[in-house]
Amino acid sequence: MAESFHKKIPGISFWFSITWIILVTTIAICADFLPLLEYDHMDWDNPEASPGTCVEKQVNDNNGEQIYQKKIYLLGTDTMGRDIFTRLIFGTRISLTIGLAVPVIGLIFGGIFGMLAGFYRGKIETVMMATMDIILAFPGIVLMLAITFYLGPGIKNLVIALGILVIPAFTRVARANTLKFAQSEFVQAARMMGQKDVGIMIFEILPNILIPMAAYALMLVGYMIMVEGVLSFLGLGVQAPVPSWGGMIADGKEVLDQAPFIALFPSFIMFLTVLSFNLMGDYLRNLVDTKEGQL
Amino acid sequence: MKDMLLSVKNLTVHFNVGRRHKVHAVSNVSFQIQRGETLGLVGESGCGKTTIARAIMQFPKPTSGKIFFQGEDLTCVNNFRLRQLRPQFQMIFQDSVSSLNPRRKIINTIGAPLKIIGKAKKEERIRLALKMADSVGIDPKTCYRRPFQLSGGQCQRVQIARALMADPKLLICDEPVSSLDVSIQAQILNLLETLRKKHGLTMLFISHDLAVVKNVCDSVAVMYLGKLCEQVPSEKLYHGHCHPYTKALLSAIPNTKPRIDPQYPLDKINTGGMSSPMDMTPGLSKGCWYFTRCSRAQDLCVKQEPQLSEIEPGHNVACHFPNN
Repeated sequence: MAESFHKKIPGISFWFSITWIILVTTIAICADFLPLLEYDHMDWDNPEASPGTCVEKQVNDNNGEQIYQKKIYLLGTDTMGRDIFTRLIFGTRISLTIGLAVPVIGLIFGGIFGMLAGFYRGKIETVMMATMDIILAFPGIVLMLAITFYLGPGIKNLVIALGILVIPAFTRVARANTLKFAQSEFVQAARMMGQKDVGIMIFEILPNILIPMAAYALMLVGYMIMVEGVLSFLGLGVQAPVPSWGGMIADGKEVLDQAPFIALFPSFIMFLTVLSFNLMGDYLRNLVDTKEGQL
Repeated sequence: MKDMLLSVKNLTVHFNVGRRHKVHAVSNVSFQIQRGETLGLVGESGCGKTTIARAIMQFPKPTSGKIFFQGEDLTCVNNFRLRQLRPQFQMIFQDSVSSLNPRRKIINTIGAPLKIIGKAKKEERIRLALKMADSVGIDPKTCYRRPFQLSGGQCQRVQIARALMADPKLLICDEPVSSLDVSIQAQILNLLETLRKKHGLTMLFISHDLAVVKNVCDSVAVMYLGKLCEQVPSEKLYHGHCHPYTKALLSAIPNTKPRIDPQYPLDKINTGGMSSPMDMTPGLSKGCWYFTRCSRAQDLCVKQEPQLSEIEPGHNVACHFPNN
């Protein structure tokens, strides 16, 4: 019955994006079990091989006999002769991990901080929002450089650093929405029944601010995938030979005139993924009825 | 000795507005409600009716004064005891739609008080909520919808059901029907009356509609600028009132046959000089606060503030020159 009220029938863009997201996620999880080549095996005989190249190679098997091994480079090879298709699939893991983990960190911490600030107001709010303003004013790239320099590069540090940088935005979204509901009559009614502050925040306010926050988080997923690309491009992301989409684009930029596909395939995949997450975010935001308030 | 369920003594509520300015929303109001009785509270917009209701609910706590609920002073008890007592006095809001959580199904909204009190398990809660929904006239199918899918009247019924789930002794109704259509108003008023008898409720009924108040209440208290002017048994409201402000309020009711039946001739009202509760800092105005608009005003009214005094049993007036 509740569903019948949301008469926003999902269109083709919705089905496309959800299919793509499910496909990419499944492949990223199952990458180890798929019949793929090794992502860090360098075939120096066939660098920058064009897509669909088929090579046969003489190798010694376990018994010392010579056999012919057939390899198909479906999307070609990069400048070091590594299979692009395999690297794309393994790169999905890095991109999705960062794309999903960072907004989740923002959602949890930003949600808690924003709710506390919007609910209690006063000094807590002043201190919290001032801290958030400081983080917002801090140049992100400098923080990334500092963290990479002191803690070393790696996906964990990258996620932590980006997480800190997105918390303020989530805090603001959570606070603005909490402010709207904290004085509303249903919150007062709960209080008059003897509900405690924590109970009011969890049962009354949280369900109301969750959808606008989730919509923002989905928008950020796409953005974070791009940010990871930029950082890998600058050499601040994951380190070689682990593939990531941004790193692959960076590799390809040297040979853009001779072998454009090396940079174009990861760019295209990244484009589709970011688009899908953004469309999902749009859909979720439209789902919020106008009566219930929008982002 | 009468059994007083609620007894409000010298209730005063101030709000700080800006630097060193205060609004005296309610000053020095005292009244009592007997068990099983319904007291109506009327007055113009902004005279402090809702502030009194909220002060009784301890939200926010009053600036000074005492509120005795079954002999316990609500302004003094600690937070733990207050939470224990809360289920016994409940409030119904004017805006029924916004007083329900938009993301929660009706059934859970009605069952919420039981969850907070921690009395019943989930199945039991749903069973009791459905039973309560039935008794306020909500269809079981409707119970699985959300508030914005319901009409204003249905939301008001849900609100009443929620308030009654806690099994209160005192029900404060803050203009429960003023946002509804006239036909729905009658339904809700009848429902309240039925439930009042069934649950043995004591009610504080806030309204600006004198006709509604007269029908629902045993006794009516008239407020002006945060003070009580007159408390009169409702059967005497139309013809036995004494305060000039009560008279002015009654004369403001539109008459269907003004020429044939001039039931309440318009009292002379000096509308130009309405005071604001902002100015009413003690000492600044010693006299009667209604002085500026009163047709009976004399020198005494400027110098001395009239106190609420009983002229007949159950009929109190705060006026130096009460008459009919």
